[in-house]
Amino acid sequence: MQKKISSIPFSGTPEQEAKLKEVIAKYQDDPGAVMPVLQEAQEIYGYLPIEVQTMVAEGLGVPLEEVYGVSTFYSQFALSPKGKYNISVCLGTACYVKGSGDILNKLSELLGIEAEECTPDGKFSLTACRCIGACGLAPVLTVNDEVYGRLTVADVPGILEKYKDA
Amino acid sequence: MYRSNVLVCGGTGCTSSNSLQIAEKLKEEIKKQGLEKEVNVITTGCFGLCALGPIMVVYPEGSFYSMVKIEDIPEIVEEHLLKGRIVTRLLYQETVEEDTIKSLNKTAFYAKQKRVALRNCGVIDPEKIDDYIARDGYAALGKVLTEMTPEEVIQTILDSGLRGRGGAGFPTGLKWKFAAANDADQKYVCCNADEGDPGAFMDRSVLEGDPHSLIEAMAIAGYAIGASQGRVYVRAEYPIAVKRLQIAIDQAREYGLLGEDIFGTGFNFDMELRLGAGAFVCGEETALMTSIEGKRGEPRPRPPFPAVKGLYQKPTILNNVETYANIAQIILKGADWFASMGTEKSKGTKVFALGGKINHTGLVEIPMGTTLREIVFEIGGGIPNGKKFKAAQTGGPSGGCIPVEHLDVPIDYDNLLAIGSMMGSGGLIVMDEDNCMVDVAKFFLEFTVDESCGKCTPCRIGTKRLLEMLEKITKGQGTMEMLDEMEELCEFIKANSLCGLGQTAPNPVLSTLRYFKDEYIAHIRDKKCPAGVCKDLLEYTIDREKCAGCGLCSRKCPTQAISVTDYTAPGKRRPALEIDPKKCIKCGACMATCKFKAIYKA
Repeated sequence: MQKKISSIPFSGTPEQEAKLKEVIAKYQDDPGAVMPVLQEAQEIYGYLPIEVQTMVAEGLGVPLEEVYGVSTFYSQFALSPKGKYNISVCLGTACYVKGSGDILNKLSELLGIEAEECTPDGKFSLTACRCIGACGLAPVLTVNDEVYGRLTVADVPGILEKYKDA
Repeated sequence: MYRSNVLVCGGTGCTSSNSLQIAEKLKEEIKKQGLEKEVNVITTGCFGLCALGPIMVVYPEGSFYSMVKIEDIPEIVEEHLLKGRIVTRLLYQETVEEDTIKSLNKTAFYAKQKRVALRNCGVIDPEKIDDYIARDGYAALGKVLTEMTPEEVIQTILDSGLRGRGGAGFPTGLKWKFAAANDADQKYVCCNADEGDPGAFMDRSVLEGDPHSLIEAMAIAGYAIGASQGRVYVRAEYPIAVKRLQIAIDQAREYGLLGEDIFGTGFNFDMELRLGAGAFVCGEETALMTSIEGKRGEPRPRPPFPAVKGLYQKPTILNNVETYANIAQIILKGADWFASMGTEKSKGTKVFALGGKINHTGLVEIPMGTTLREIVFEIGGGIPNGKKFKAAQTGGPSGGCIPVEHLDVPIDYDNLLAIGSMMGSGGLIVMDEDNCMVDVAKFFLEFTVDESCGKCTPCRIGTKRLLEMLEKITKGQGTMEMLDEMEELCEFIKANSLCGLGQTAPNPVLSTLRYFKDEYIAHIRDKKCPAGVCKDLLEYTIDREKCAGCGLCSRKCPTQAISVTDYTAPGKRRPALEIDPKKCIKCGACMATCKFKAIYKA
């Protein structure tokens, strides 16, 4: 899978760095530490810029190349920041056969961005995700943790409207 | 003692439609009516009938409330729980018979099911170990540790005929036997809970609804092969499952059912969770173990098999969640009981996640040998909106599409393979006449191209070339020779890929080529998509007899492709409009805005 790598400058805070150091210390003796540490690092920073990956590599004493290999391998790891509202459209089979592809296209048209991109104001990002397992509600999308199910293309503008001024 | 128990589904499907808020509201209203000592509210795992969520059942009456709304709660509490009058209007209508209510087990959805792996889902509170113990939980572990030798355990599993529920169907007992035979200072019992097959949610429901059954089975496996360590590799995308499994592990430790000297027998076993990070290839056993080690989840050649060199180079067994969910029952009820269900070579039951164009989307568990027709039309309630059945897809990106002529084949591992699909983990997606089979094949290939790890060439490049051909066909640029080229390439990818992902990736293409070749030909020769899905092959036209000439569509058209004609239909005041196919980009905006339904696509 190809990853979009952000060119936005890194702006980590000392608090975030302190938290990351704690996480690294916690996994110091675990032979399989790279994945769980990256998972927690992404919780702290929201994404994994190269500066964070470098800190993880140095902290765990593994080559950066190995950390980068892991972060680019798994779809969960984001190398670009997400918007304030991340809209994730399920493209699992159950949702796809019920038209989730059209819903993604409509969102992309209304927001003016492609999947895996973020609007210039940082408000919305759009992702296409694999099955979230709510197949009974297909087609489904999520905005951060909020789930919207049994959708039609006509529902899309209304959903965006709810977050426009928030 | 409570007078009534109210079970609210807390599975992911129902939670997504606010079932947890419903449970909160219930507790609040029950308190308001002063019933908190008489009525108990329990959040359970998945009931299976996700299409009707959120679901709520009141016992002892067994009243099944479906699609419950928060606004309905005060009425249900006051009428039903306080005054004893069931709110029939809000019940699942199939359970209502003139003046009585029918048991849920007699409805079409449940009547043909047989629940073994899902026996506790929707029945117990998954966050309470005592609920599980009350349903014979950990009795099988006790029996194994105190009355059976490891060899007897393995023999029982072998005799039951249990085969892996994750896809390939390898006999579980045999896997255990191989691992038991290898001596090592450390062995591992692993569980694949990385349900990556899009449209499948069987394992998640077991994890959410009955996590202890997994823990108990892994401990039994540990005893059988001589391992003291377990690892569960679970999808990070399943937050509720992760949370409940962690709670269950902590409770089992507290009760001494995990840890050292279990049941005072000197047997030690403990386990940990590892979160996956979204890679489909990690469903392959060697890739999964590499991923637990924290690396890129790439598969490696076998042999050595994991039973010899698995996790951290130690002998390891790996089974999926549903396989484990059967173990305790086999130990308690015996191998013969399990082997009495199913077909000659596929014993027991299988859980399927029904999805797509079907009325009762949800989770079903049926004895092996049930036909697809029974699943789709009886249990699943048929196809919505009076549409025609076209195909059922099983096995996800590794499986194939089963057409109408095979609806009566009894489902088991071998029959599914024979008709060009596979059992897979149990996703079953129904498609109707509005689905384009070329588009479906393309959808799965996009998935495998994305998820191919890139290690071996046949999979990395072969699937990409296959996808390119499919893309051309859906754009009307295909040639008839492509069909033969695709078939040849499919066989090559199957024969030469390193792991299961590549070896099965061509199946969606092969099966649609086999059963729906006419659709491919329509795309190539007639430049038409019979189902009306492939955008590039569609043409939007305005029916000039229906067009009122209001001009709404031409104002919406982003490319100014719609103009006025000099024809006015009888009874209309303004001249009709027409679409210039050369300018049309097929966005569909005109069709969506037309109030007279005068625009259609074909």
